[in-house]
Amino acid sequence: MAWTRNVLRVNLTKGSITNEPLNMKWANDYLGQRGLATKYLVEETDPKCDPLGPDNKMIMTTGPLTGTMASTGGRYSVVTKSPLTGVIACSNSGGFIGAEIKNAGWDMIIFEGKSPKPVYLYIEDDKVELLPADDLWGKSVWEADEMLHKKHQDPLLRVATVGRSAEAGCLYSGIINDLHRAAGRSGVGTVMASKNLKAVAVRGTKGVSNIKDPAGFMKATQEGKKVLAENAVTGQGLPALGTQVLMNVINEIGAMPTRNWREVQFEGASKISGEAMKEPRPSDGRPNLTTNAGCFGCTIACGRISTIDKGHFTVDNKPEYWGASGGLEYEAAWALGSDCGVDDLDALTYANFLCNEDGFDPIDFGSTVAAAMELFESGAITTKETGGVELRFGDPKALAWAAEVVARGEGFGKDLGLGSQRLCEKYGKPEFSMTVKGQAFPAYDPRGIQGMGLTYATSNRGACHLRSYTVSSEVLGIPEKTDPLVTDGKPELVKAFQDATAAVDSSGLCVFTAFAWTLEDISPQIDAACEGDWTADKLLEVGERIWNMERDYNLAAGITGKDDTLPKRLLKDAAKTGPATGKVNGLAEMLPHYYEIRGWTKDGVPTPDTRKRLGLNPKGVAA
Amino acid sequence: MQITFKLYASLTDYLPASDDKHAVKLDVPETITPNELIDQYQVPREMAHLVLLNGIYLNPDDRDRSVFNEGDTLAIWPPVAGG
Repeated sequence: MAWTRNVLRVNLTKGSITNEPLNMKWANDYLGQRGLATKYLVEETDPKCDPLGPDNKMIMTTGPLTGTMASTGGRYSVVTKSPLTGVIACSNSGGFIGAEIKNAGWDMIIFEGKSPKPVYLYIEDDKVELLPADDLWGKSVWEADEMLHKKHQDPLLRVATVGRSAEAGCLYSGIINDLHRAAGRSGVGTVMASKNLKAVAVRGTKGVSNIKDPAGFMKATQEGKKVLAENAVTGQGLPALGTQVLMNVINEIGAMPTRNWREVQFEGASKISGEAMKEPRPSDGRPNLTTNAGCFGCTIACGRISTIDKGHFTVDNKPEYWGASGGLEYEAAWALGSDCGVDDLDALTYANFLCNEDGFDPIDFGSTVAAAMELFESGAITTKETGGVELRFGDPKALAWAAEVVARGEGFGKDLGLGSQRLCEKYGKPEFSMTVKGQAFPAYDPRGIQGMGLTYATSNRGACHLRSYTVSSEVLGIPEKTDPLVTDGKPELVKAFQDATAAVDSSGLCVFTAFAWTLEDISPQIDAACEGDWTADKLLEVGERIWNMERDYNLAAGITGKDDTLPKRLLKDAAKTGPATGKVNGLAEMLPHYYEIRGWTKDGVPTPDTRKRLGLNPKGVAA
Repeated sequence: MQITFKLYASLTDYLPASDDKHAVKLDVPETITPNELIDQYQVPREMAHLVLLNGIYLNPDDRDRSVFNEGDTLAIWPPVAGG
């Protein structure tokens, strides 16, 4: 078993901390991390609860391979009900704190209730305390991290914390760990702040020794690492250019959402691409990219560490931003860049630094700014609302200003913190919001990549690419090439990606391994580590069970099949340039068949037979 | 016939130094094939993974055919991925 079998339960209302055994029946059915924590949430909370009320719970959870020698085995997730979407939130992060939690002897931490005063949780193996955080409240992520390291005099302490944006109620705030890794999506940081929980600081020294078959595990993980090293994507492409290598690819195929999804190609894409990050700047002769970086145990190391030109307008006389820090990943570069029409690489990097410094999701932030720019240009908002700022597409100063006011929750930053959907509704233009179930889209226009339309419409956490990354097949040819402009075969493709990804997300491994590994590479590693018989087929079954459990939670929370849709802009307004010219997304051609192969009714509800087959017996939904 | 030839990611090193580091405009005969261009620039065939003609994926079987028209763009990447 690679589970520690120990669950830490922290009742913030009472200030109590208890240790209880992990439910091993559930571990066998849901594996760990995303699946297992969602099972706990489903069993312990009312899906209709107020996401920001004390009845919601927030679970920080590892997978069985977190903290082990498996490559990329450093992942953890935060599972809760989202204040942004009103449905399930599961936000996954790398860095080092996940492994530290496991090394301290804990599979997961369940936070319940709400503390009467700001607190943080301090863990040093078995020693666990809730400590006052009055001095940390009002501080940024970076300040709080430094203060905690100084206070505990431990350079190896790992910290996950919320920033000022979450304290101010921004609905897409994340939890930042290790300064610039993020459980970024769906507002999990907003939930944490609503509980008056500022940070979790962890030091674990126990190691992860509870492996079922140590020799077999060593062999399986070594073989897995060899596959990653010899694969051109995970061995060469991702370390060299990171996810940002996609900027030019997606622009070339005409699926680059631009200026709030009104266009599908961005004329400035090459200036903000992974290639551009490596080129010396004319201004100071240095590249934006300083180095790549890896998370705990990772042999891919796709992370970007960047430095802004000291003379750039964003950091002029601000030496706190002159050092190297977490740089642009593709999703951030797209949302801050082409979606806002901004092609100033250092301005995007500055906005990204602020997203890390004060803990807010660059995808939802960038998308909300893009929507606000369209609102401004349409006249729905004016300088009266913005306090004098001309919020126009293409203006890097407007972008930098927006990041500053959201970070601190000041002025119009409060409106921007509502997210795209609520902002556009507030100003009478809901059609400008490019969201599904309230969450902003990632960086792939589904008019040019048809399967991604179905992915977005059916994602259990609102618009998201990491629930079924069909881009891998439709664009990149992994594991095999499919045509991005057709809908045939996409329901099957989406379901396969959704189920497999749910299993990977429950293991403690990074989903990026799937560019080289199949479940046949992953299952021997889990099987050698964990009690039970973990074949690839079982992992797929677990993934399907998790997907349906999440769906039932969302149905009980109040969504229906009618919420499985896309904004009219993607269904009615055809792409104007590139290979997808003349195309809209063919969601209507895909959704009924997707429901059918899922074993759901025509209204998108799992049938009794499907639930019975998967061993699901949900509360609060029709049988 | 003029076409645009683009190389990205690690393949940019196979292009001559120019203002635009990723693209060159070429005058080519109508009979030239994508693989002949790839060979001409000494790009290893196995590294020419994602080959897009005007943004549309070109199957390996089509890379030995004369597929170009005036003004076309051929863009090539090694195996890449992101998320």
